[in-house]
Amino acid sequence: MTARRLTRPTWLDRVSDFSTQAGRGWRTVAAKELADHVLSRRFLVLLAILGLAALATVYFSSQLIRDAATQASGSPALFLRLFTVTGDQFPFPFFGLVSFVLPLVGIAFGFDAINGERSLGTLPRLLAQPIHRDDVINGKFAAGLLVIGLILASVTALVAAFGLLRLGITPGAGDVARMIAWVVLSIVYVGLWLAFAMLCSVAILRAATAALVAFGVWLALSLFFNLVASLLAGALAPAAGTAPDALVANARLEQQLTELSPITLYQEATVALLNPSVRTVGVVLPQQADRAIPSTLSIDQSLLVVWPQAVALVALTVLCFAVAYVIFMRQEVRA
Amino acid sequence: MATSALDRAAPGSRPARTRSRAKEPIITARGLTKMYGTFTAVDRLNLDVYPGEIFGLLGPNGAGKTTTILMMLGLSEPTSGEVRVAGLDPTRRPLDVKRRVGYLPDDAGFYPTLTGRQNLRYTARLNSLARGTAEDRISTVLAQVGLADRADDRVETYSRGMRQRLGIADALVKDPDILILDEPTVAIDPIGVAEMLDLMRRLVQGRGIALLLASHLLDQVQSVCDRVGIFSAGRLINVGSVDELARRYGGDRSEILVGVEAAPRTDAAAIGARLASQPGVVAVEPRPMSGDGDLNWALTLDPKASESETRAAVLRAILADGLLLTRLTRTSPSLDQIYRTAVEGHLATKGRVEVRSTEPGTGTQTSGGRRPRSVGRRASRRGPSARKGERR
Ligand SMILES: Nc1ncnc2c1ncn2[C@@H]1O[C@H](COP(=O)(O)OP(=O)(O)O)[C@@H](O)[C@H]1O
Ligand SMILES: [Mg+2]
Repeated sequence: MTARRLTRPTWLDRVSDFSTQAGRGWRTVAAKELADHVLSRRFLVLLAILGLAALATVYFSSQLIRDAATQASGSPALFLRLFTVTGDQFPFPFFGLVSFVLPLVGIAFGFDAINGERSLGTLPRLLAQPIHRDDVINGKFAAGLLVIGLILASVTALVAAFGLLRLGITPGAGDVARMIAWVVLSIVYVGLWLAFAMLCSVAILRAATAALVAFGVWLALSLFFNLVASLLAGALAPAAGTAPDALVANARLEQQLTELSPITLYQEATVALLNPSVRTVGVVLPQQADRAIPSTLSIDQSLLVVWPQAVALVALTVLCFAVAYVIFMRQEVRA
Repeated sequence: MATSALDRAAPGSRPARTRSRAKEPIITARGLTKMYGTFTAVDRLNLDVYPGEIFGLLGPNGAGKTTTILMMLGLSEPTSGEVRVAGLDPTRRPLDVKRRVGYLPDDAGFYPTLTGRQNLRYTARLNSLARGTAEDRISTVLAQVGLADRADDRVETYSRGMRQRLGIADALVKDPDILILDEPTVAIDPIGVAEMLDLMRRLVQGRGIALLLASHLLDQVQSVCDRVGIFSAGRLINVGSVDELARRYGGDRSEILVGVEAAPRTDAAAIGARLASQPGVVAVEPRPMSGDGDLNWALTLDPKASESETRAAVLRAILADGLLLTRLTRTSPSLDQIYRTAVEGHLATKGRVEVRSTEPGTGTQTSGGRRPRSVGRRASRRGPSARKGERR
């Protein structure tokens, strides 16, 4: 095969298409997918589970905060502790629940995006309409992300409202800003898993296999990744009694290795956003900690702290998309 | 190339079509080739389809019909050669092509939880039809394919034949200039097929659209096609009207059918042998026919011998044996037979050519080993989805 060209049109073709059709393809796909999602069982199940779990976590958190209210009063961002506080009966704070569930939600909404159309036999018909192939991926991604984002935002609002009633404290502007920033970060995070699941749905022809692979990757990342990272760092660790610089370098290496995992990235960023006293993520040397003035960060300072993590999450999402596009463009329509 | 010469020769022979043929072809393919690895699915195809005609792309499973269609729609990229649809290159301008072409894929699927109408609405929106126009068109095409009363039921309650009708409606929603239907009649009952073909005829006559129809069910579609192209193993081996092809392939080969009443002591083998020994008879083949208890044979005649003399000889032989003749008719070749003759002839020459043109050691390998493997692979890949389709 000589001169292999992709079926993908040049940018000039796309500009001419844009002028005639104003790039409506992906929006039409998204609108249909949105309607499908809202009527689908998985949407209702997700809404019910997340809503109930959220209420349960916030009930216990607010209980804990009330019990400890005397010491806690005056502590910074008391309201945000609603999301982060843990106790004996209930080890899961709201944010912990969300960071656990989000990847699964992303996978659930994306694993059958393309291979589902394939097995229904609708893919050739869909691609024979005047839309680009990437419109299908983009539209489905947009619809999925919108639905999940709406659910997440409403559940968070529900939790906040519930806490407001139980605790009787009004969140400050900073707290609200942090909450919003955290919801946005979570949507970026779930977008990554959605994009990854869609990549699986493009590359793997059977939906069940795609779901399994995506789930397996999540499991491997959440269970074994930190272990592997510390093992690797341990293997490279300098002998005992070497210069402290080498030890610090090794600790940094271990941290950088764990940061290859989106789960770590998201958790670090979450902690920094929801806890204003977190000044940095990563290795802190004793002398740095000594010199640090115990104070809280403003929201924009916290945003600066989490910026690298957020950028890394977006970059990973873009990577998933790029790979999915390339595979999809080269695929035969029938399979 | 033989095919394109035949193609060009065709216009003069059917005056009824000269008017439409005077136009520019709306689909052209020149040297169109698609390779999957080393396997050639479509081999140097030359083809013209004109507005206002129904062109039948006929060939057995795996001949390359669907692959050809996918290249016309820009859904699959040609390995070499070129194809133009409405003057556009589908690879470079896929959207403009798809706006003008209505396509019914082989074994088309629909969203099972949506109604037929909702499925068509999605197609209409993907084609940027205005809401009002879309609703009107959807109702029209649903009525045209006879689904008006089931339009608001979920597609999961449709039979396979109904889904196929919905597929034709789906291809018509965008009001296309070109209609490409891949195996449109496979699951439709005979009366439904007649209705469908009638609808296609009316569409072509009424709107002057070009209709390209791919099918392996030759007898079903032969009545409706203005021209057919016979496809075999990736090559278009002949193009012309059904009559022309009948003359081309049936002219040097005639067949008569002989039937005698079966009595308790008739010896079929002996009669067969006696028929074979008549002058002018090349081959004898028992041909059981449903509906009567007679013994029937098909006799292939030597083209050089006189047919009436042979008939007379056969008649004399039967009478001499004291048998009761029930049938003595000439059969004209059906498209099926034309097709079989053409394909067999093509495969035979192809095999010879390949053996001659390759190295002694590899020749047999290329002609024998390649095709069955990929046919089998394809069949197994389609298996589950086809079965799934039945269940819906
Ligand atoms: N993706 C593919 N990879 C390899 N071979 C393929 C592929 N798609 C089709 N083929 C082969 O190309 C040939 C033509 O297939 P197709 O165009 O579907 O035939 P038809 O529609 O006439 O039945 C078949 O032999 C098939 O096995
Ligand atoms: Mg086919």
